[in-house]
Amino acid sequence: MTDRPAVARLILRGITKRYPTILANDGVDLAVTAGEIHALMGENGAGKSTLMKIVYGVTRPDAGSIEWEGSKVTIHSPAQARRLGIGMVFQHFALFETLTVAENIVLALDERLTPAALAPRIRTVAERYGLPIDPQRLVHSMSVGERQRVEIVRCLLQSPKLLIMDEPTSVLTPQAVRQLFDTLRRLAAEGTSILYISHKLEEIRSLCDNATVLRAGRVSGTARPREQDNAGLARLMVGNDLEDRPLQPREAGEVRLELKDFSMAARDPFGTALRHINLEVRSGEIVGIAGVSGNGQKELLAALSGESIASHAGSISLCGRRIDAFGAAQRRALGLGFVPEERLGRGAVPGMSLAENTLLTGSHAGMVRHGVVQRSVARASARATITAFKVKCGSEQSAAERLSGGNLQKFIMGREIRLAPQVLLAAQPTWGVDVGAAQLIHRALIDLRDSGSAVLVVSEELDELFTICDRIAVLTAGRLSAARPRSQLTVEAVGLLMAGAAQECANA
Amino acid sequence: MRIAAPLIAAAAMLVTSFLIFAFLGKEPLNALEVFFIEPLSSLYGWGELLLKATPLALCGLGLALGFSANVWNIGAEGQLTLGAICGGGVALYGGAHLGTLALPVVLIAGIAGGAAWAAIPAFLRTRFNTSEILVSLMLVYIAQLLLAYLLHGIWRDPDGFNFPQSRAFDERILLPLLLDGQRANLAFPVMLVLAAISWVFSTRLFAGYRMRVGGQAPAAAAYAGFSERRNVWLALMIGGGAAGLAGACEVIGPIGRLQVDISPGYGFAAIIVAFVGRLHAMGIVLAALLMSLLYLGGESVQLGLQLPAAVTGLFQGLLLFYLLAADLFVGFRLRRVPRVVALRA
Repeated sequence: MTDRPAVARLILRGITKRYPTILANDGVDLAVTAGEIHALMGENGAGKSTLMKIVYGVTRPDAGSIEWEGSKVTIHSPAQARRLGIGMVFQHFALFETLTVAENIVLALDERLTPAALAPRIRTVAERYGLPIDPQRLVHSMSVGERQRVEIVRCLLQSPKLLIMDEPTSVLTPQAVRQLFDTLRRLAAEGTSILYISHKLEEIRSLCDNATVLRAGRVSGTARPREQDNAGLARLMVGNDLEDRPLQPREAGEVRLELKDFSMAARDPFGTALRHINLEVRSGEIVGIAGVSGNGQKELLAALSGESIASHAGSISLCGRRIDAFGAAQRRALGLGFVPEERLGRGAVPGMSLAENTLLTGSHAGMVRHGVVQRSVARASARATITAFKVKCGSEQSAAERLSGGNLQKFIMGREIRLAPQVLLAAQPTWGVDVGAAQLIHRALIDLRDSGSAVLVVSEELDELFTICDRIAVLTAGRLSAARPRSQLTVEAVGLLMAGAAQECANA
Repeated sequence: MRIAAPLIAAAAMLVTSFLIFAFLGKEPLNALEVFFIEPLSSLYGWGELLLKATPLALCGLGLALGFSANVWNIGAEGQLTLGAICGGGVALYGGAHLGTLALPVVLIAGIAGGAAWAAIPAFLRTRFNTSEILVSLMLVYIAQLLLAYLLHGIWRDPDGFNFPQSRAFDERILLPLLLDGQRANLAFPVMLVLAAISWVFSTRLFAGYRMRVGGQAPAAAAYAGFSERRNVWLALMIGGGAAGLAGACEVIGPIGRLQVDISPGYGFAAIIVAFVGRLHAMGIVLAALLMSLLYLGGESVQLGLQLPAAVTGLFQGLLLFYLLAADLFVGFRLRRVPRVVALRA
């Protein structure tokens, strides 16, 4: 951080990009110097992704200019961006699970090489940056953190001068995050510039030298994150102060959802078997399940929601009734609400309007009478959800696929909460959702708890679980630890349990 | 764009047919006139248009409900044949005894026959997870052989000079004509009523909503707890029943007896009708009229210009081909890719 050459590696001036319905970027200026870790912050839909797509040559700006190492360039394609020395690690990995690491990397390179010829280079780069990976390993056997290493190594092999990281830590354990940060700092020290997209304030403060904040397509401010507190950074992003409302202690009531010694075999080769799970969720409490994805979350939620009624051992009870053999509709009729992890295609039908999507789970709430759809009831309910949860959309007639991920999540969460479920299951309730929306969702979950519902939250975000949960359990390789009161747990302790599972998966 | 695509496809089909006629050595404009105008130059011609549109639309309406629920019944031709066998069987043996009830009983027997034939792929799919596409298709040929077996055997007209056909049905069982001097009958208005009902079903009833969700987002249907089995059964029962009704209407309509050729491929052409009609009731009725015109035009150029009967199938295929292409280009665009990364593995 001391005496870096003040050469601007990348300068964006007045970048403007207009889509038919929205101005995604409006006169954005941004400068990154060599060896700088620069944060790009902003809410969902603030224009971060559009800006990075422009830098990486995926789309072209309508106005504005890009300067790369002092000369003006137009970037036509990702291949050209790579030739200039720009690498990007995407939020969602593009790896073939049935191929080895080396084969995957060869596919992505612009050079023509054999996997065998590339393997030593992969090892060298991996060792140099503390990213241990074995080029011969098949991707499907790797944990999410390891897969991300593959993506990073893939970029590093091209010795990029600028590395773009799009929300890289959303899938990592705290320990893996620390390892990633070490790598990034080492890269920066060698002169690589890093553009780091995130809305996790803590991370940005610990990692980044400078930050540019986008709001509604414009630069709303720049900051030196280390000299700011979280509230200050959040203010730049959201535009107003976030009020934190701590969880009021509350006496939990009767058991609403109970799993007793529940075991279920894995249904596909890459699935996880659930083993001897015991869990109680009581009226008026939020129980959190922590753990890295792929440790049985999907299977557990499907078993609870009734979407997969496979043969199993043990029992599931809802409000005191055995529901093992009940399908999703029957469980819903008994008062189970569910917000799935996949919003589009599972929680909502992409091509249908929000009103029609309200009907998806609302047939018991007066929206269907004698088999006839009561369209006005569904529309009114959708409108109420949109207002109460501040869903940004045209109207209740907008198609679900037209909403941004965060807004659709608010809508689905609102739809389920408005049905006043006895038990609500929420999977990754704020995954990819911005700070403001996340807070709204957290508050809604807490309100639901305070009104006497039992809430089960499955999340990879420990901060989230520690904010809203009364008790927390950890799911590791299909086993669930005992749920302990939040006050008796630390982030470190939970993180270690999670990481242990990741290790076990990797060695399996 | 969803509405524009069929129009673009129809226009492209016209241009191509222009070229084909020119290639076949016919004066293209004249040929087009013979194909598309001449069939409709008389009341009789208009009657034929409605007559042929009726089974196409009936089959298409039933199939479309299935297609929108991701149930791919392509065996409407076989279900139509079974409808004809059951309806025709009742007409042959019960016609005289049933009196005024004869007509509805024949139609219900046709519906039941088509639905029963469609129940086979429905059962195999829900029980053994077989592909309803293959099963329903293969059952078409079995149905046709079953009809031929009956007509070469026990149902053969004793006074029919050994032709494979049944006795002619009692006059009183036949569907009444709409007007004298043409052949369109009561089945056409019945079809229009069923089109309206199918529209109400898919847009206003919860059962129709469940089927659409199942088709558009199977994971969302599972999430909501909508039963896939129920969708499959419903789709095949409705599709089979509608095709069976079409078959019964054909044999107690224009044909008047059971014979080996009861359909010039209505059940297959109905697949095209369903897609050209955008799986929408109103669109399907219009598409059935267009497809019916293609049948009439094909016959017309056979007679007027001595072109082969295959012209009809050619035009139908062109229409579907262009529609699929138009749909693709509505969603995607062509781009030259400068260089392909080659691998030396």
